[in-house]
Amino acid sequence: MTLTRIYSFIALAVLGLVGLEACAGKQAPHELHLFIWANYIDPEVYRLFEQEFGVKVIEENVDSNETLILKLQAGVTGYDIITPSDYAVAALIRQGLLAELELSKIPNFQNISQRFRGLYYDPQNRYSIPYLWGTTGIGYNAQKLESPPTSWADLFEPSRLERYKHRVSMLDDPREALGAALKYLGYSVNSTDPQQIEAAKNLLLAQKPYLARYDSETYDDFLLSGDLVMAHGWSGEFAKARLENPAIRYVIPQEGGVIWTDNLAIPTSSQKIELAHTFIDFLLRPQINARIVNFLRYPSANDAAKPYILPEILHDPSIYPPDEIRERLEWIRDVGAAVQLYERAWEEIKSR
Amino acid sequence: MNARILLWPGFAWLVLFFAVPLGIILLISLAHRAPDGMIHWGISAENYLRLLDPLYWAGPFGNSLVLAALTTIVSLLLGYPVAYAIARRSGPVKNLLLFLVILPFFTNFLVRIYAWFILLRPEGWIAWLLRALGLDLGLLGSPLGVLIGLVYGYLPFMILPLYATVERLDFSLVEAAQDLGASRWQSFWRIIFPLSRPGVIAGAVLVFIPVLGEFITPKLLGGGKVPMFGVLIEEKFLGRVPDWPLGAAMALVLMSLVLLVLARYFHQLKESRWVG
Repeated sequence: MTLTRIYSFIALAVLGLVGLEACAGKQAPHELHLFIWANYIDPEVYRLFEQEFGVKVIEENVDSNETLILKLQAGVTGYDIITPSDYAVAALIRQGLLAELELSKIPNFQNISQRFRGLYYDPQNRYSIPYLWGTTGIGYNAQKLESPPTSWADLFEPSRLERYKHRVSMLDDPREALGAALKYLGYSVNSTDPQQIEAAKNLLLAQKPYLARYDSETYDDFLLSGDLVMAHGWSGEFAKARLENPAIRYVIPQEGGVIWTDNLAIPTSSQKIELAHTFIDFLLRPQINARIVNFLRYPSANDAAKPYILPEILHDPSIYPPDEIRERLEWIRDVGAAVQLYERAWEEIKSR
Repeated sequence: MNARILLWPGFAWLVLFFAVPLGIILLISLAHRAPDGMIHWGISAENYLRLLDPLYWAGPFGNSLVLAALTTIVSLLLGYPVAYAIARRSGPVKNLLLFLVILPFFTNFLVRIYAWFILLRPEGWIAWLLRALGLDLGLLGSPLGVLIGLVYGYLPFMILPLYATVERLDFSLVEAAQDLGASRWQSFWRIIFPLSRPGVIAGAVLVFIPVLGEFITPKLLGGGKVPMFGVLIEEKFLGRVPDWPLGAAMALVLMSLVLLVLARYFHQLKESRWVG
């Protein structure tokens, strides 16, 4: 451990972020530790894996890519599999925190759809394999809106929001929120032009009085409870909410939205790199992968799983968008130094 | 036995769990945050210079200050009569009333604020009642909603010191004042209230200072729309754009400001002892 790492570790420990990781450093040989978003796997998969390989999978949850990166940066160990999103993979590779994968030990990599191989953040899939993906758009309660939203204008124009004042939420996330505004204005979600970002900021400031809240965690619950009628959010959350209330719908606005992936990766600090490869391969098996999709309602990057995915999911355009819509989707990319423009704009929006 | 030994456990505890973490916060506040979010250790004042930005003061700090002041005033207006009434009672009723003031502490603060969240939401009872009266306020996500939660949370901290002061007052002074022709109103404002000033000041400090750094209530009830300094600090540590060095600097500056208020408080206390 370098001195820096030690300092960071102490800082993390004192701030109460570490919890039991100190113990996790000394793992039992037949355990695999997952550091993954909450409710992001069918727990049955753990049982099946244990049955076949005699290895117990232990899940710990992380709430954001930022926390994940921060913890790995600070030298917290004890994780064997993580699920960073696209841009977080890029950041983790840059900082040398991801172990190189041996694809020969993951034969089921062949099940991954061609269009999800070699994405911009990891062109040779040397460090990451796409797990699930999704889009960012507008979810709504069809019973409570006069007409379904079709454009970002429905989320940004005061004249359209007036009727639903304090019943609309935006993601509490600078790149997503500013990205939606940039899309509405006809720009790229990865714009580095200060004037475009400024215009997006002003759009969000004008929208703020009409919002109920900035929310990345509970908007699906509030849509179900009727407190919200429209929410900016992630496709799978709305698909899950629809199981409880069929009036919940999701649309990718005509101007286009955001596409993202969550990926399987192994931190360099893992002591069980072999086993982690086995587990990744297991998750990529068609039936296992389909089980997860059927449970979570997020689309998978796995082509071979499709025959086992429930038809109602596979043919749902709001879960698996058709090609003409997919062409209008954009990745949120690392914008380099321009990230400061986004952070500053977001700080201004949140502080006023 | 040397009495100094008795000091050690508490002293060691404070060093370990207060001084050391505070030192770490100080170290972090002197570090540098790279554009990619990485922390580079070093000694620089840049984070404190960044704090000169009016953005942090006009919105978040301004709101914290106004809401802390309003919470204090509303708590005083609501709490004084309650404390007075309890102090003038006697026997089991008095104990029961005191117990009721403390009762909320039996439940976790977060859970209680969640309860307000459920009450204030657009489909909740309060919003429903207000809508029936023709008012659509959108309490959740508004400063008023946050104020309601803050007053609820901190009212007991106003009532208890006020009660302790009023309870010990010598009410024969009131009789004397009334014998000398003072009305009830006059005897309250010229005798009781000035004598209960230490309780008013203690209550004000116990409410104002924690509210100045509050983040749970505005975070939950403000929905990210009511900027406050405490929320800003929390977001610098745990939000989508982590900036620990700036967050640490903010925390230390806030602590220093609180110390200034406290110094003023002790000064006041000395003065009021003179008056008393």
